Formats: sequence, structure tokens, C-alpha cells
Amino acid sequence: MILIGLGYGCKGGAATAALASDAAKRVYVAPGEKDEVYAFLSGGFSGQMSVYGIPSTRLFKIIPVFSVFPENGYGYDEETKNMLRTTHGYIPWDDSHHIEASMTDGKQDGRWLFLNANNTPRLARIDLKSFETKEIIEIPNSAGNHASPFATENTEYLMAATRFSVPIPQASVPIENFSKGDFKGTVTMVKVDPKSGRLSLELQILVPGFDYDLSHCGKGKSHDWCFFTSYNSEQAYKMIEVGASKNDKDYILAFNWVRAKQCLDQGKASNFGGEYYRNYLPENQPAISEKLSGVKMLQPKDCPGVMYYMPTPKSPHGTDVDPTGEYIVGGGKLATVIPVHSFSKLMDVKDKPEHRSGMIMDIPILKYESTLAGEVKKPCLGPLHTEFDGKGYAYTSCFVSSEVVKWELGTWEVQQHLPAYYSVGHLSIVGGSSKDPYGKYLIALNKITKDRYLPVGMELPQSAQLYDISGGKAELLSDFPTVGEPHYSQMIPAKLLMDKAAKIYPLEENKHPYAIKNEKDARVVREGNTVRVYMTQIRSHFKPDTIEVKSGDTVFFHVTNLEQDFDIPHGFAVSGAPEMPNLLIMPGQTRTFKWKAPKPGIYPFYCTDFCSALHQEMQQYIRVLP
Amino acid sequence: MKIIKNIIKFGKITPVILGLIAFSYCGKEKPAEAESSVGSKGIGPVTSVTLGTLDEGMAQKGKQNFETKCSACHKFEEKVVGPALKGVTERRTPEWIMNMILNPMEMTQKDPIAQELLAEHLTQMTFQNVKESEAREILEYLRKMDKK
Repeated sequence: MILIGLGYGCKGGAATAALASDAAKRVYVAPGEKDEVYAFLSGGFSGQMSVYGIPSTRLFKIIPVFSVFPENGYGYDEETKNMLRTTHGYIPWDDSHHIEASMTDGKQDGRWLFLNANNTPRLARIDLKSFETKEIIEIPNSAGNHASPFATENTEYLMAATRFSVPIPQASVPIENFSKGDFKGTVTMVKVDPKSGRLSLELQILVPGFDYDLSHCGKGKSHDWCFFTSYNSEQAYKMIEVGASKNDKDYILAFNWVRAKQCLDQGKASNFGGEYYRNYLPENQPAISEKLSGVKMLQPKDCPGVMYYMPTPKSPHGTDVDPTGEYIVGGGKLATVIPVHSFSKLMDVKDKPEHRSGMIMDIPILKYESTLAGEVKKPCLGPLHTEFDGKGYAYTSCFVSSEVVKWELGTWEVQQHLPAYYSVGHLSIVGGSSKDPYGKYLIALNKITKDRYLPVGMELPQSAQLYDISGGKAELLSDFPTVGEPHYSQMIPAKLLMDKAAKIYPLEENKHPYAIKNEKDARVVREGNTVRVYMTQIRSHFKPDTIEVKSGDTVFFHVTNLEQDFDIPHGFAVSGAPEMPNLLIMPGQTRTFKWKAPKPGIYPFYCTDFCSALHQEMQQYIRVLP
Repeated sequence: MKIIKNIIKFGKITPVILGLIAFSYCGKEKPAEAESSVGSKGIGPVTSVTLGTLDEGMAQKGKQNFETKCSACHKFEEKVVGPALKGVTERRTPEWIMNMILNPMEMTQKDPIAQELLAEHLTQMTFQNVKESEAREILEYLRKMDKK
């Protein structure tokens, strides 16, 4: 066992990194040149997503998803605040873990990204033309949406399974009833409209009360299946770190979603309660927020063949399917091996009684050896998650021993140990979870950076490390601090996205109910105590430019940016507006700034985004009358 | 031309100004200045325009587009953000006007007249996502206004 780069108290991290001498050249992107790959990193507890260029590791953008965002006013303005509405009320940020890229025939298609909110269960869709969050759907009957949003091969569905089992429907029962089977989990199938990307809840399946952790769906021959890891098969409810680690094996749940859909169509699912919001942001219009109620719930006993348990050592985290769809790699975070299940074997044995060792809630438990393709022996400490390079090799992150292990599919032999600084969680290879990995870069998404960077107080930056995996031996190229916790990532070749990026909102297509499309329509309209200001912006002035309202009025500034030029947003800010930050308004876009007119006086407003030589003059006044 | 040269020189060493005035250089060297501006057709997609008698229908369409995309910065009688447009069809060739509408960034970098106008008005004219056929209609509207 090689222990490299132990996270705690490790000294001289940089010095211990065996850097290739030309590493700097290989990450250098000259001024004006463009990166080769987009890396989308989830923000963990920041609820955001950040966009980096690879190999330069330059940060390009932060996309707010489950978080309000002062830079552009997402989550604050009248157009987007309903995106963060839930059955629990308005939730200004959440904990975001896993990014999934949309796929066609198992290959990245560059249309959308999906992201989960773990704490208040939700899924989001991010459009890859505008790099904006367009839809958020709440998942009812779920307590902690961790094992999501993993897509089927053609993005027919996104899967979402609950991290914390609870009574479903919710009920106040003694907590010790957890171990009496009163707590349950759910697996949710979220349907994705193939044209629009719109999300809808198609079906939930009630499953035993374990903790469902991660998922990946099959490819090719395993197209019909998704695989979910679970821990706490002990159903411990106190001292869980001990209680949930007793069993030698927990389970990977093999779920036949095509069969589940069949059972739904045959009427085997029943109406079940559960309220949820679905918030949708049409192009250049205010978000439409709907409260919906009720789901179809399927019990595994009513749909034989829909689910099987594959025992997997030990408190598994990752369940990763290789590009051929044959191998399902478990990441037993307390295990001493990396177990690999065979899809073909699963198909051979799943309905043969001699290969079963029991049932839980009518879900057959298969014998470990019956589906096992092989084990990587003593790979590292704390194997978590595996990605594939498409050339027959797998890379597994090891949290405890802070390393990435490269091993070969089929022989199960370890090829290389790569140190990580430190405590690596997920990995990402460009296209590495698809059928067609691009296979050149790998990033390790780390949790701890003691001694790696200049200290900046007690909260040190989290970080990611970039490796070149194109040659025989993987090589560390660089590392870089990240925004929030870089929990998981999807990396997409730039050529798939860069030419499709939207440049402007065409004015003629602006359907915002309060848009005005030329200056002569700019006006102030009073409706009782509400004042609507129909305002335009263009370099370098507002219209109307002097405004009078009364103290106590509710004022809506409906601001349309008349520019049709790439890269010319305008800002809008009013002095002393406690409920609103600054707004950024893209060319051709309309957004609304709500302001309660304060005590009488003169209040300036101005453009906050540098727009032209006369930007500083893009300022005017509101008079508040008594 | 001295003022213009100074601005461009300043732009090269000051990123903010560079972004304002010259951000479509895209790494190319500063172009050589045109030798003469008399009868200039400007720089852009339009190389030849044949004018007929005034087409009222086209002028009407041009008026609508002008009001949406141009009038925030241009009036006919007075300078606002950009120059007053009265008489523009007599001062400039039809090609120059259309190229200025369709390609304002490159025009203010390379065309001597556009460079002088930028030095005078100090705001980069915006490209307003106008199609070539729409620029022709706007030109027709400008002709109509000049005949009044």
C-alpha cells in the first residue's frame, strides 16, 4: 500500500508533486487563444455552478442555479425570484452536488446540463446556449436528493433517489421506527421533453429505507437500466457513522426503468400524494411557477423484474458504468477492493433462484459472486468514484489515501497511483461518464488544501487538479482553487458549445409583457399606489431619465436593454434599495427592479456595468414626493 | 487626424479604452488608414447600391426599424448620442451609410470619416442586429427624410 499525500498535516505539497518539466507549456493558453474544453464544476454548498476553461483552468463564469446571485440579480428580480420557490417557501440557496450533461445515443450533445439540490430536493436544467438556469423542479416524497440527476442514454429520464429515508408520506413517528421499516426511500423518474427540455415527474418507486447515494445509468446493452448505490442497509438511526458501517456489504440497486414505465402504462402504479413546485423561465419572460400535486407511485412487489439488489462492499459511493455498458464499478468507501459487476452476468442470473440470497420488500438480493466480473485488489484507501478514458482504463478516486488510481478493465490490475492534494472526492474526464470519452484531461475535485496555497484565513480554498491522461502515464499538470466545493463536474469539448453560445436576445422576439422596443414608448404609468416605469437603456442613457413618484409607492422599473450588440449588457441600480441588488440586463432583455419609494428626496439611479466612454454619465434621478 | 491617432494609441495601452473602441481587432495589427474619404463607400458587406425613385413602402419599413434600433441615439435636427442625420444622404454615399449601419465597429477602426465621427462623438456606434435588407430600408427612410 502506498500512502501518498495524506491530507492532514502534509508538508510541502507542491514540492512532492512530480511535475512534468513542460507542464506549464501544456496549460498555457496565450492571450486571445481559446481553451480546448469547458469544465462545469458544481458549487457544493454554494448552490452555484462555475465554468472553467481547460487546460488553462481560468474561471470564466459562475452560473447561479439554486442560489441568489448579486452579480446579475438572479433570484431577486421579478423575473427570476420564482425560480427559487418551493413548497417550503422561497429558498435562497441550497447544496448542489452532481452535474449531468444531456446525451443523445449516450454521447454528450451540448444542449443542457442538469444539477441537483440535495437539501430541499430539486433538479435544475441549465441551457447551454445562454448558460442560464431555465427550469427547476421540486422532487416530492424525498428527503435529500443526493443520487441525482443521472440521465439515461438519450436523456429520456433523469433519476433522483433520496439520500435520507423518512416516513413516506411524512409522519411524526418515533425515530427508532427507522429500524422497524417505517422509513422508506424513493426513486423518481423525471421525464425530459426531447425538444424543449421541459421537466415533468413521471413516476416514483417506493424502495427500502436505506440511504441512496449515487447513480449512473446504463449504455448500449444496459440502456434499460440504472444503478443506485445505497449505504446504511443496517437502518441505523443513531451513531450512524458506526451503526451504518457494520455490514460487510451494502447494495447497488439495479433498476430497470423501461420495465417501470411498462408497469406504469399497465396501470400498476397508484395515485400518491406529494406537492411540488415546477418553475420555468421562458426566454425573456418572467418565470412561470406552478404548484403541482400528486404523483404515480409504484411498489416493487407490483412490478416483478423492476429491481434487484447486488451486494457491494462496503458503504459504496460511486456506481459507474463503463463506456461499453458492461461493467458497473462500485466505490466501496470503506472497502479494500474495487468491485466490478458484470451486466451480462446480472442478466444471466437475475431470475434464477439459486443465485439469490433473500428479498427485501419483494426486491430479490442476488449473491455477490453471481454478478461479479472482478475486483481490483488493494487499490487504495477509500475508493469513491470511477471515470473511464475510453481506452480500456478506469480512474478511481481514493478519499482516504488522497490519490487517483489508474487501473485496467478486464485484468483489474492497478497501473498507476497519482497523488491528489488532498482528499479527492469525484473525478471528471472529458465525456468520461458517456459512451464516448474524449479522454485527454482528468480533473480531481479535492476537499482539503492545507499548505497548498497562501493561507486566507481559516476557510482555505477548495481545489481541483488537472492531469493529462492522453499518454501511457497520467501526468499532473496544475492545480487551481475553486469556487465553493467542487463536488462533481462534467467536462465538454469546446467545439460542441462555443459556436452555439447565444450572443443577444433579439429585440423582435422579446415577449416580456412589460418590454418596450423603442424609446418613444418609454413612460411612467401610475396604477393606484403602484408605479410602472417602462424604461429603455442604450449607450449611454436611460429613458425616461427624470422620474417622479410618491413616498410609499411600489415602483417597478421594467428595464429593456435596446442594444443588439454582443457583449453590451447594462446595469441598473437605485440608491438605497434594500430588497434589490444590482440588475444586469442583457442586450434585448427586459428585467424588473422592484423598489418601495422611501421618504421624500432625490435618489440617483445609474448603470453599473461599464458600457462606453460615457458610461459614467449613464445616471439619472428619481424625485420622491411627499 | 491627430486626435484620432492619439485615441488609438491610448487604446493600445489602456485595456478599458481598448475594449471600448477597438475590441474587434482580434489580434490584428492596426490597419493602414484609407487614403481618401471623398466618395467613400466605407468598409463592409455593401459594395454597390443602385438608387431608384423613392420607394414609399421600403421607407415605411425603414422608419419602423429606425425607431426601434436607431432613434435612441439619432435625431435628424440635433446631435444626441450620435450625429444629427439631416442631410446624411447628401453627405455620404449609400454604400457608406449601409456599411456604417451593418459594420460600425470595423468602420470606426478603419474608415477615416467614421474615425473622425468617433473622435467627435466618443461613443462607439452599436451594431443593432440589422439585416442587409433592413439597412437598405433604413437608407430609403433617410432619403425620404432628406427630401422633406
